[in-house]
Amino acid sequence: MKDKTIDLKPVAKIVPKYSRDYESNLIAILQETQDVYGYLPKSVMKEISKLTDVPLTRIFGVVTFYSQFTLTPRGKHAIKICNGTACHVRGVDEVKEKVKEHLNVSEGETTADFKFTLETVACIGTCFLAPVMMVDDRYFGKLTTESVTDVVKEYSN
Amino acid sequence: MLKRLKSYDDLITMRKSGNKKVKQDKVKVSICMTGCRALGAQEVYEEFSKQVKKQKLQDKIEVVETGCQGLCARAPVMTIDAPDAPSIFYGRVTVDIVPDIISSTIMKGEVIKKLCYAEAGKKIPYMDDIPFYSRQNKIVLRNCGIIDPNSIEQYIERKGYDAFAKALFEFDPERIISEITHSGIRGRGGAGFPTGLKWGFCRKAKGDVKYLICNADEGDPGAFMDRAILEGDPHAVIEGMLIGARAIGCEKGFVYVRAEYPIAVNHLRNAIAQAKKLNLLGNNILGSGFNFDLEIKMGAGAFVCGEETALIASIEGKRGMPRPRPPFPANSGLWGKPTNINNVETLANIPVIIAEGADWYKQLGTKNGSGTKIFALAGKVKNTGLVEVPMGTTLREIIFDIGGGVPGRNGFKAAQMGGPSGGCVPEEHLDLPIDYESVKAVGAIMGSGGLIVMDNETSMVDISRYFMEFVQEESCGKCVPCRVGTRKMLDILTRITKGEGCRSDIEDLKEMANVTQSASLCGLGQTAPNPVLSTIRYFMNEYEALIK
Repeated sequence: MKDKTIDLKPVAKIVPKYSRDYESNLIAILQETQDVYGYLPKSVMKEISKLTDVPLTRIFGVVTFYSQFTLTPRGKHAIKICNGTACHVRGVDEVKEKVKEHLNVSEGETTADFKFTLETVACIGTCFLAPVMMVDDRYFGKLTTESVTDVVKEYSN
Repeated sequence: MLKRLKSYDDLITMRKSGNKKVKQDKVKVSICMTGCRALGAQEVYEEFSKQVKKQKLQDKIEVVETGCQGLCARAPVMTIDAPDAPSIFYGRVTVDIVPDIISSTIMKGEVIKKLCYAEAGKKIPYMDDIPFYSRQNKIVLRNCGIIDPNSIEQYIERKGYDAFAKALFEFDPERIISEITHSGIRGRGGAGFPTGLKWGFCRKAKGDVKYLICNADEGDPGAFMDRAILEGDPHAVIEGMLIGARAIGCEKGFVYVRAEYPIAVNHLRNAIAQAKKLNLLGNNILGSGFNFDLEIKMGAGAFVCGEETALIASIEGKRGMPRPRPPFPANSGLWGKPTNINNVETLANIPVIIAEGADWYKQLGTKNGSGTKIFALAGKVKNTGLVEVPMGTTLREIIFDIGGGVPGRNGFKAAQMGGPSGGCVPEEHLDLPIDYESVKAVGAIMGSGGLIVMDNETSMVDISRYFMEFVQEESCGKCVPCRVGTRKMLDILTRITKGEGCRSDIEDLKEMANVTQSASLCGLGQTAPNPVLSTIRYFMNEYEALIK
């Protein structure tokens, strides 16, 4: 995906919504922008800088600081495997290995067909169901290597 | 339709008319629609609503979407309340059993045994008979799992916003602060700083503009009480903030909440919109002349933003990195203005203290910590879920009497308290009454209340490495002791877990822990070595076994 093919109209629509205070709303602007584009392309960040007068270096600093932001395109579905303490104690590592095996990617990577991006997150606060993962906004709890296989298959089709 | 409330009397009228409308002859079916969604609560709810409609039972059954009911291990859960009958608690409810629940339990009052909680082979149908519930004391979770969190009417029917109205019309700000101070409540986010004192500092600080922030960046792995409160009773937090704002003298507040909690954000957003419609937020609240506006700020995935100065930087739209204190936020916080920051659970306590009085509140708990504490019980324990008990309850009561003990044959080894800043408490300290000081004395911290139970199968060296990996990844990198110290400790721990450790490793770990603790800029680094030190203290034999 080349940057020059990227449509800048959506970002031009998002930014003015925060005109009351661009600087302190920078994270919100970036979150909404990433929701639309799926990631934060360079040209889009440049456009945000142009529209808000916030230096590009600062935008880049914020984007690289917070784990939610990404500079590379992501898959259609985000698989977030919880790496919290309860999940760790209850054997999330095996579940994670199984997902990696199915998707043939490592943590933080996207499948070649752009269907899935695999991430691990610190804790999604559903420790009572450990081990847990999220696919987009849906939770899957008490996972086993078998049940996680079913979940991945469900989303593959 | 929500109508603007112009006075305290309007609020009372609304509550009374709401209470009248509640149909006493209906069977109330409360379904947890938050945490339980992970195991199919949505589908169960839809089926229930469909069946009620199909069988034309709308006059007989009221289906309510609630927040967390506590016993998450049995998810998806529901409670059935028939008029003048004890509450029936069902767990592991599936879609296909819904028609049976209606035809037997609701129509005939017969209990379906396989859905009941079981202990020692005995089925216990009624909620009040289940030790998990009967041994708790729900003050903060008073509405959680009972009301529909998306209904401000239901919150008001249960005397919601009444404490705020009392604080607004009957107390002056000093009186609110003295009540909170006298109650003895300490911050529930981890550090345990007295809340009344904190409010007093901010009130006295010079400045015409002040801010109040609710810290809902619940980042400790293993903690989920703040998430449950926001999802299950968001108005309690808003009410707590209103009282705080009135006490401190501020007109603008923020809730800084994790982006990883979509349901919490959604419920909170809805609650704020409803409160605005009723004029419980905005200008001239209840005709008093008091103004307070509330805004949500979403986090973007950085653990360190739970630290107050980092959180402030994040709200300002910057990289969330801490700065040295003083100046403390009470004097110079958000945009350089006096700022007060409280945790979600702390704020949810406030309305109860004002409503019931400091003397009543003080009766709960111990000398070092009054009130209750919510613990998130997880790991190798039967009844995983949310537990609220008075301070001073022992770990044994929480894990064994309420939690139902450790499943399987492995037996209890340790309880990890306080997440990456905390430590592991071994069996010998299980009878310790828990409060801020006692937990510290045994090498853990109260923290936000995450309680992970570990059995004999769990390697404590691996747990120590796990937490170090977590803090190393989350260290913001600003100060050297934390950035380098966590990295070096992680290297050593990784080597030990691989069986490549050497004899000097333990001494090196202790020395680095000492430097990281004493020289780091913020709480993240200062507490990062705790899991290592506490496992060395109690489980040295496991380190030795791996090094030899």
